[in-house]
Amino acid sequence: MSETVSMTTGARAMQVLPQAGHPRNPGMTLDLDWVAAVQANTSAIERRAATLPGRRSVKKDHQAAWLCKAISLIDLTTLSGDDTTGRVQRLCAKARAPVRADLLDRLGMTGLTVGAVCVYHEMVGPAVRALEGSGIPVAAVSTGFPAGLSPFHLRIAEIGESVAAGAQEIDIVISRRHVLTGNWQALYDEMAEMRAACGAAHVKAILATGELGTLRNVARASLVCMMAGADFIKTSTGKEGVNATLPVSLTMIRAIRDYEARTGFRVGYKPAGGISKAKDALVYLSLMRDELGLPWCQPDLFRFGASSLLGDIERQLEHHVSGNYSAGNRHPMG
Amino acid sequence: MTIRDIFDDMSYGPAPESATEAFDWIARHDGKFGHFINGAFIPAGQGFETRAPATGQVLAQVTQGSAADIEMAVSAARKAQSKWAALPGHRRAQILYALARLVQKHARLLAVLETLDCGKPIRESRDIDLPLVARHFYYHAGLAQLLEAEQPQMGPMGVCAAVIPWNFPLLMLAWKVAPALAAGNTVVLKPAEWTPLTALLFAEISREAGLPKGVLNIVTGDGETGAALVAHPGVDKVAFTGSTGVGRKIRAATAGSGKGLTLELGGKSPYIVFDDADLDSAVEGLVDAIWFNGGQVCCAGSRLLVQEGVAERFHARLKARMDGLRIGDPLDKCIDVGAIIDPEHLARITAMVDACDGQIHRAATDLPAGCYYPPTLITGLSAASPLMQEEVFGPVLVSMTFRTPAEAVELANNTRYGLAASVWTENVNLALDMAPKIRAGVVWINATNLFDAAAGFGGVRESGFGREGGWEGLMAWLRPKVQGKALKPVLPVDAPADPQVEGIDRTAKLYIGGKQARPDGGYSRAVWSPKGRLLGHVGIGNRKDIRNAVEAAHAAKGWASATAHLRAQVIYYIAENLSARADEFADRLRQMTGKDGKAEVEAAIARLFTWAARADKVEGRVKPVPIRGVALAMNEPVGVVGAICPDEAPLLGFVSLMAPLIAMGNRAVLVPSEAFPLAATDFYQVLDTSDLPGGVVNIVTGRHAELAPVLAGHMDLDALWSFSSSDLSARVEAGSTANLKRCWVNHGRATDWTRADGPDFQRAATEVKTVWLPYGE
Repeated sequence: MSETVSMTTGARAMQVLPQAGHPRNPGMTLDLDWVAAVQANTSAIERRAATLPGRRSVKKDHQAAWLCKAISLIDLTTLSGDDTTGRVQRLCAKARAPVRADLLDRLGMTGLTVGAVCVYHEMVGPAVRALEGSGIPVAAVSTGFPAGLSPFHLRIAEIGESVAAGAQEIDIVISRRHVLTGNWQALYDEMAEMRAACGAAHVKAILATGELGTLRNVARASLVCMMAGADFIKTSTGKEGVNATLPVSLTMIRAIRDYEARTGFRVGYKPAGGISKAKDALVYLSLMRDELGLPWCQPDLFRFGASSLLGDIERQLEHHVSGNYSAGNRHPMG
Repeated sequence: MTIRDIFDDMSYGPAPESATEAFDWIARHDGKFGHFINGAFIPAGQGFETRAPATGQVLAQVTQGSAADIEMAVSAARKAQSKWAALPGHRRAQILYALARLVQKHARLLAVLETLDCGKPIRESRDIDLPLVARHFYYHAGLAQLLEAEQPQMGPMGVCAAVIPWNFPLLMLAWKVAPALAAGNTVVLKPAEWTPLTALLFAEISREAGLPKGVLNIVTGDGETGAALVAHPGVDKVAFTGSTGVGRKIRAATAGSGKGLTLELGGKSPYIVFDDADLDSAVEGLVDAIWFNGGQVCCAGSRLLVQEGVAERFHARLKARMDGLRIGDPLDKCIDVGAIIDPEHLARITAMVDACDGQIHRAATDLPAGCYYPPTLITGLSAASPLMQEEVFGPVLVSMTFRTPAEAVELANNTRYGLAASVWTENVNLALDMAPKIRAGVVWINATNLFDAAAGFGGVRESGFGREGGWEGLMAWLRPKVQGKALKPVLPVDAPADPQVEGIDRTAKLYIGGKQARPDGGYSRAVWSPKGRLLGHVGIGNRKDIRNAVEAAHAAKGWASATAHLRAQVIYYIAENLSARADEFADRLRQMTGKDGKAEVEAAIARLFTWAARADKVEGRVKPVPIRGVALAMNEPVGVVGAICPDEAPLLGFVSLMAPLIAMGNRAVLVPSEAFPLAATDFYQVLDTSDLPGGVVNIVTGRHAELAPVLAGHMDLDALWSFSSSDLSARVEAGSTANLKRCWVNHGRATDWTRADGPDFQRAATEVKTVWLPYGE
């Protein structure tokens, strides 16, 4: 742990993510004054979130382009107890060709793929093999996902195993209890050690915001994880009662913006769970575009954690191309 | 642009709302509109064009309302009024309910037409204005249903004139028409010259609601039409929303006419950000505060006050946010800021900003050609800078810093206006301490521009008077069913031919700041009994005495924040001391008036008890507004209030005005009966022995006709009441334009002082402040 913390900023800033065009967040010393000063006014955040869908609208070609962009940002995910190699192979095929070729052709978007494929550790190997040559990274959920309550050394070891198996991205879960008890030092240490264990793999910190109680906690946990070197902060495992919401997203995005303003380092954002409609994806994209700017509309800084979103987007794209509303059975299953 | 290009640059592209239906509606009227009078459009006459601010495109020809048109409309309204008022409240409720439903059914057409005609983004007219319009009619359908049971003493005013502005054409129509109709009034409404169309469409739609002919009339036209409407003798009440300048003219034009008046005027509302606020949310709040409708909003948070320690960070975040605003075609669904209403107004905004000497940041965002002005932040101005004081009515925010909460309050109140304020802090202690200290009709905590039909909206100071929304708003559309008889002047007893003088000379003084004071002018007059006996001398107060009294009253500011329990105790003590000297006061009344005074003294003691009792029982309300949070309707003292006391009940009248004023926390400058002043001057000895802090009650004797204009014109007096038996109503109301103080005058009608302790006194002695406090963690 201490080794990670004492790493010099310069040395860590040199590391560049496989896909990223910007320096990797090296983290910083835990600044508890900053953490304590973080405010998040729930009512005001909710009001802003509630008006977002009404403030932005994209139509016609712009809508089609934005939906293609959304596809390129999806972490196509399967996290089920009954996942098998065959199931994962099918998913990876869908990742390579997320939209019917004739449609992509009409849209002039041939070659479009999703952002990554996200699986449990045991499925990393099959996924890596199935995606070989595609350039699509495999993300592994890790550290005792989803609860994160297995022995700490096993959680750290799990990261190493997944990286060794070829995962380029590791989605870790934080210990919610550290947030709920205000033990920011413990959260920071845990996160820093997990980041170190990831090595060159890119680490997404899942905050499980649905279990953190308040938006203020979400904001503080976001900040602490970034200070400890998270490459991405992510809302949810998808297994909590409440997953990604716009108010939570706004809170985390503002934390990312604040962190960049003070440190100069960009951290990515991944809302996960509950985003299943094309329209929702457009709202999220306009949120990223307006609040953080274009760099956060690229896969190195933004991902959707979603499994059913792609299906809705496919139908919308066919509607765009044909003028007729589409049906699910016209699109190959993932 | 290919899809791949857009994929790379993630540009928004056009997202226009279709205006076809709105143009079809205009075309069905051949692009020409006459007035809507007595349930139908009359043929279009000479008039003017109404244009789309965004494009300059002519939308329609509208008729310039003439005096004859106003006559026709007012007489139609008059003819319809008694029948409309006689309908059961339930029937009026049904019709208002139907209007609410119709607004919802035609919401998109109304929203598109509104955006076409006034240039605000379709998001605002669709998501904010229209839902509020419908909500206003629903809410007032409810008030119509409940009115008879809740306010049995009150009836409609009669024919009401509504003159409304161009920034919220349909919403302001709703704010006037819904309560007016609920209360049983009929209406002649003049929409703004620049934005007449939605009112005309609403009139057309209203026919489907079963609204009887003549109940709602719309006359289009410019300021001249408005002036003719306001001045029409057949109008019983005027409700105006618009600029302070025009509000002043209307106050002057209606002075002494007996017409009811409510004014909702301009503002320079403070937006206060403390260092512990959620700064990002406060920045976002500013978008809704000053860039909502392009800042063309009376309650726009146009004066940013930010705590010095976070100012730099806050301004940086604000500028970044400004740069992301999208300005352009108001019909585009992806636009944040639309057009400025008219090139004339754009020129005014431009000139004001160009003349300022601060640091100007204009949003680095694409500005289309045409009638647009960029979101602008100006820092580095002094408090004296015109832009810190004057309303721009555009997308221009000025900013200053403060160090402490006390300084924030001082800066916030350093304005002639008093409409609204926003306070951003995560500290509930601070927020709830700030809210009462800011002079404004509405305070939003960690929010801005929240509105609801259940919550009162309106200003203090030169932002006008009266509330819109809630029961407090409805009261301005009602008056007592029983009106007083004409009041005869009561004159002092003339000096007798054969004066009787006996005993030791007694000189009544003025009472200022808790001390007896000789009149500044050094003049006195004798007070004679009807039998020719000299009762004493009384000072003839002049303008300097009024000045001193108002200053003393301001110095006694602690009274406003004294506990209600303390105020009650003091008033009980006054009653106790008056009671101890009851015989003496009864004698005095008998000497002055020749009539037995015992009953009047007893009534005065009872009146003091009544207001002592009410001091701690006049409760605010918690309004059921549609947010997670509370909207508190807090009763606050009006401030320093002048009152010219009646002559027909020299003691009881004086006490009936003084007691409610001080019970509610006001400080008073009282001018006693001119004919019989000695009951009041004797009374200061009672006050002196009753623990009343000096300056809370000040007594200036003198000639009503001389002192009334001085009081009316005094810029530091918040309200003026006149119950003089000489009818000063016109002079009081005309003089009040100086600072637009609220006036309560008798219009030459008698008051039954034996019963003068009703809720009207309490309402006149208080302002309702609405404090919005959203919560949730």
